[in-house]
Amino acid sequence: MSWQWFHRLGSPRWFYQKSSAWLPWLGGAALLLLSVGIVWGLGFAPEDFKQGNSYRIIYIHVPAAFLALAGYYIMAISGAIGLIWKMKLSFVVMRAAAPIGAALTFIALFTGAVWGKPTWGTYWVWDARITSMLILFFLYLGVMALSGAFSREQSGDKASALLALVGTVNIPIIYKSVDWWFTLHQPATLKLTEASTIDPSMFYPLITMIAGFYLFYAWVLTLHTRTMILQREGRTQWVRELLGAPAPTKA
Amino acid sequence: MQFQFDSLASFFAMNGHGPYVWASYGMVVLVLVVLAVTPVLRQRKLRREFQQQLRQEEARRRAAAARSASQRTAEAVE
Repeated sequence: MSWQWFHRLGSPRWFYQKSSAWLPWLGGAALLLLSVGIVWGLGFAPEDFKQGNSYRIIYIHVPAAFLALAGYYIMAISGAIGLIWKMKLSFVVMRAAAPIGAALTFIALFTGAVWGKPTWGTYWVWDARITSMLILFFLYLGVMALSGAFSREQSGDKASALLALVGTVNIPIIYKSVDWWFTLHQPATLKLTEASTIDPSMFYPLITMIAGFYLFYAWVLTLHTRTMILQREGRTQWVRELLGAPAPTKA
Repeated sequence: MQFQFDSLASFFAMNGHGPYVWASYGMVVLVLVVLAVTPVLRQRKLRREFQQQLRQEEARRRAAAARSASQRTAEAVE
C-alpha cells in the first residue's frame, strides 16, 4: 500500500492549495444553515410550555457546546498525530483549533449563564456540568498560552499537544456530569441511543443549527489553519511567491 | 409552520425574556464574526509586512550594487 497520500496530507503546502477550493462551499453552506436556523429558532419554533421564550437560547447553546467538545477532540487528536508521526500540518491544526474551541466554549458558558437567570433564577452555580465546561475553557486557554510560550516553535508544539492530550480526561466527565451529579443542569436533550426528549417542531431547527455550527467550525478552522501556515512557512519559496515575491530567475 | 408572534414588538419583547434571548444571540453573532474575520485580517497584515520586507531587501540590494559600481570606477580612475 502506498503511503504517499498520508505524507501529502501532512504537507502544509498541499493543504493550503487544496483547501482554497473548499472555502467558499464551507462558508456558504455554514452561513445559509445558520441564518435559516436562527430565523427558525427565534421566530417559527413554538414556545416552550415550561420555560417560555427563554428556551430559544437552546438553538445556540447546544450547538456551541457540541462544537466546544468536538473541537477539543480535533485539537487533541491533531496534537497526538503530530507527536507520533511528526506531521507539520497537524500541529498547525492543533494550534488553530485552540482559540476557536475557546470561543465556542465561551459561547456555551455565556448563553448558559444568560439562560440560567430566567430559568433557574441565577447566572452561575458550581454545578458539575458548568464547572467541567469552565475547566474545558481553561484547558483551551492553557494550550494557547503554552504553544506560544517557547522560543522554539517545535517545543511549543510538543508541550501544548501533551497538555491537550492530558486534558481529554475532562471530556467524558463533561458528558457524564449531568448523570453522575444530578444537580441543576438538565440531562441531555438529544441522545444517540434512545428517543430524544424534544418535539420534532423544536428538533428540526436545532439539528439545522448543529449542522450549521459544524460547517462553520470546519470553515473557520480551515481559515485559521491557512493563515497559520503562511505565518509558519514564511521563509519557504512557495509562500514567498504567494505573498508577491518575484519568482527566482535562473542566472 | 407559522410565525409565533403577533407583532414585531412582541417578537422583540419575547414575553419578558427578550433581553436574555437577544443578548445571547447578539453575543453569538459577535463571536462568530470575530472568528471568521480575524484570519482574513491577519493574512492581509502578513501580506503587507512581507511586501515591506521585499522592498527593504530590494533597496539594500540596489545600495550594495551602487556601492560596488562606484568602487569599480574609483579603481579605474586610479
